[in-house]
This record gives sequence, C-alpha cells and structure tokens, in this order.
Amino acid sequence: MKIKETATVLGQMQLTEGVYSLLLQTKIVEYAKPGQFINIFPKDKSKLLPRPISICEINKEYGTLRVVYRTVGAGTEEFSELKMGDSIDVMGPLGNGFPLEGKKTIVVGGGIGVPPMLELAKQLSGEVIAVMGYRNYDLFLRDELSHAASELIIATDDGSLGVHGTVVDAMREKQLEADVIYACGPKPMLKGVAEYAAEHNIKCYVSMEERMACGVGACLGCVCQSTEVDDHSHVHNKRVCKDGPVFLSTEVVL
Amino acid sequence: MKTSVNIAGVEFQNPVMEASGTFGSGMEYSEFVDLNKLGAVVTKGVANVPWPGNPTPRIAEVRSGMLNAIGLQNPGVDVFCERDLKFLEEFKNTKVLVNVCGHSAEEYIEVVERLANESRVDMLEINISCPNVKEGGIAFGQDPKAVEEITRLVKAHAKQPIVMKLSPNVTDIKVMAKAAEAGGADAISLINTLTGMKIDVERQQFVLANKTGGMSGPAVHPIAVRMVYECSKAVQIPIIGMGGISTWEDAIEMMLAGATAVSVGTANFYNPTATLDILAGIEDYMRRKKIEDINSIVGIV
Repeated sequence: MKIKETATVLGQMQLTEGVYSLLLQTKIVEYAKPGQFINIFPKDKSKLLPRPISICEINKEYGTLRVVYRTVGAGTEEFSELKMGDSIDVMGPLGNGFPLEGKKTIVVGGGIGVPPMLELAKQLSGEVIAVMGYRNYDLFLRDELSHAASELIIATDDGSLGVHGTVVDAMREKQLEADVIYACGPKPMLKGVAEYAAEHNIKCYVSMEERMACGVGACLGCVCQSTEVDDHSHVHNKRVCKDGPVFLSTEVVL
Repeated sequence: MKTSVNIAGVEFQNPVMEASGTFGSGMEYSEFVDLNKLGAVVTKGVANVPWPGNPTPRIAEVRSGMLNAIGLQNPGVDVFCERDLKFLEEFKNTKVLVNVCGHSAEEYIEVVERLANESRVDMLEINISCPNVKEGGIAFGQDPKAVEEITRLVKAHAKQPIVMKLSPNVTDIKVMAKAAEAGGADAISLINTLTGMKIDVERQQFVLANKTGGMSGPAVHPIAVRMVYECSKAVQIPIIGMGGISTWEDAIEMMLAGATAVSVGTANFYNPTATLDILAGIEDYMRRKKIEDINSIVGIV
C-alpha cells in the first residue's frame, strides 16, 4: 500500500556537517519496512522530481517516520530548512525493503548508507554486528546503532576513529562470520562487501541507488544491471525503485 | 455535459490520457488512479523483441522540467501481449493506445501485425520521434519523405487506426504533420520530447550517460501549444496534444489550440493523480463556462 499525502514535520536536527535527521508524522509509517524509502517532494515547483530518501526509523506506536539524509543539492537543501509544524508532501513506502533473515547477521553501512541500517538492526532478531563506515570521526547515529546492534564496529577513511579504512577492511580484520550480510552504501563498497560474502559463503543483500523519476516502477529511469534476464524487463535490467532497492548481491552487477 | 471525444472512429469517454513512457501500462499507477476513469491508457513503446535501453544515469532534472534517456527499454511485443494487455483487460471503460517503436520499417510492421488481432488494442501510436535511440525512432521523424513512407507502410499493415507521434526537433513541424496525413495517418500526436543536455559543472561531465536526453515538463508546454496550434491549421486529421501538461488549464489551453485529446506525461511523476485531477478540472471548467460538449472548444482560438 503506497500513500501520497502531506506529512507534518515534528522536528529536524543537524547530525553533522550536511547530514540532517527529519522526523515526520505520516500514515506511511503503518506500511513501512526497513530498507524501504519515501519520496519527498520539494516545495519549489521548478524542481519537479521527488527526492528518494531511505527510511531510518519506523515508530508505528507514535506514527512517526525518521529519515536521515545528506544535502547534495538544492532539493535536499530545501528540506534541511524544514521546521517543526511545517508540512511536506511525501509518498511511500516505496521499494521492497530488507527481508529479515538469519540468527547471526552483519549490517553494513557506508556514509549516507548508514541510516537505513538502524531500523534494520532494530528489527533483526539474534546477534547483529553493525559495521559502519564514515569519512572521519564526525560520526552520526552512533549511539542509536550501538543500542540496536549487539556489537558496533566503526571504520573511518582517515583512520581518525576505529579501523583505518573501509567497512570491508574492518570485516576482513575481524574475519566476521554470519548467516546473512545486509549492506547499503556506495557501489564500490557494495562490491567489496559482496566479494567478502562470496568468499565466506554468506548470503548477502545489497541496497542499490540510482537516479529516479517516478519511484513506482513505471518510467524505467532507475534500472541497475541484473546478472540474469529479469522477469519483468526481459532484459538484464532491474528497477531499483520497484524490484529493489534491495537485491541479493548475486542478482545484480556491482 | 458531453466529455467524450472521437478520434478515427474510436470513442473515448473523455479527452484525458497519459503520455507514453510515463505510466508503463498503467499497472504501477493503478494504486493511485482508477484506470477505468481515463480516456485512454497509452502504453510505453513496444518493439518486436526486448530492448535493453540506455545505460544509467537516464534521468536528470532541469528547471521546471526533466531530461530522460531511457532508450525505449521494453520487454518485446510477445511479453507485452501476454502480460500488459491481459492486465488491461479488466478496464473496459478506458481505451488502449499501444505505442510502437522500431529500428526499421520491418520492425514497426512486425509489431503492428502482432497486435492486429489483439482486441484490447484500440489504436496504435507510432513512435517516430524518440530522441534517445540511434537507429529508427527520430530518424523516421525528421524527414517528411520518411514520415510519409513509414506512415504508409504501417497503415497498410495495421488493423487499428494509427496515430503518428511527431518530434518537435524539426525546423517546421507542419511539414511533418502534412507528411503523416499524406501517408494515411488517422491522427497525429505531439510533441515528443525536445532534445536537451545537462552538464555537471563540479564533475565537468555530462549528467546523462547518453549525453543528451528528451526534455519534458511544464517548461516545454508553451512550445507544445504553439506546435499543436500550427499543426491543427495545417491538417484535417485529429491531434492528441501533449507536452508539459500538468494542470487542467494546460489541458484546456491545448484543446483551444486544436487538440481533440490531451496526454499527461511528466506530471504523473510528481502528482500520481494528475490525470484525474486534470479531468475534474476540465469538468469544472465546462460547468462554469456552460460548455455542453467539450468538442466545441477544440481549436476555437
């Protein structure tokens, strides 16, 4: 069930340079799952297209949805100005989300791929190891992740905190084992995680990203390459917005 | 109050359709729109075999518009008939226009013949104007001789009425409209997208993998209105007008310029119920202006 409605802003705070946490009151929460995303529509109507933003936390009891995003252009900069009591058009939940599997899992996030892993870590049962990669010691969502996961491992590009290097470097250093790995982040990171998973014979889900227009699977703007001929497209393309954004790492070309 | 319009013998319950490529075959938007209320569903372009389309990024936003370079990705006509037409079976009130694409005359004909006995197909929209494929597409749409020739060939093989979809990327669109009419087209639809380009100044690279893309959205609407007006004066066959229609005013404007029906494209992306909102607006306008028959405003400016 997808909803398009005007949501109410319950609050917004800046977590670090260019990263914002926005709390919305919206009916979308009733249907939302970890790994799904919502479309947020700029108020400036010269910006036509909605911005797809991953869901960071789902609170069905309070009817609130939290998104954490990075300002990357004029649209997200407009969102960063939203204040408590403002209204904003949203549509969702969109995409398939992460299936909840495994007794021991690793959730891996890199940069702005960190936020969706929070709700996932909260909903997974059993032992959850979170491996999060950042540019430097200027972390975000660290406290929430350490509460949600059994163990939190940090990697930073500049080595200012945790493991010096990528999340994959951290996974190799600790030789992590699990039943399932979930990952969201830049494509090179997903590729590295998928390779680690293949070497260790671990099932791996990756969340993909692509420029989107409709967000519902109609326009075919946001396809990624699939390893096999896809059931819907009948070519080697899968729609990130509709068939994904979550795919088995073996289903897609990274 | 009469909202129905007739194009080449096909009776549409109202003049509002969605534009090819923005709506799939309606499946994805059926969560938001009762397809049975639309004048027609116009499908994404269909070829004889599956087409992979262009590499990504395929989408770029520009001020009051967007660029796309999908490249007519489609699953091929066989899958289309088995899946998409079957899905559309239940929406009896709405007409179905199938957009047909090809790299060569033979490919267009193959698709048209495959669709000939499909009862769910009311009309064919022949895409000779896609700016994002290297062969076929726009190559047929920029030369009046080629337009007339492909129209004649397709018409000879088609069982349903054919609508030739024209490109705005020409010096004089009236010439193309006349060529389509001379070739035996039952109607024309315009405009397809305008070829555009966007460059990322920080990365100093093209935004689209295809470098160029088709521009659509409210920014192109005045161009589309002008072209529909010009074509309506140049030909006798009906026109389906499109190009940046996002409100009922845009739709009425297009009809006043000479379009018998209108298609809503890019607006679906930011307002999934744009088609039905526009239809409601047209009906309000008719009540307010005491217009008995929507056909009475077509081309009256």
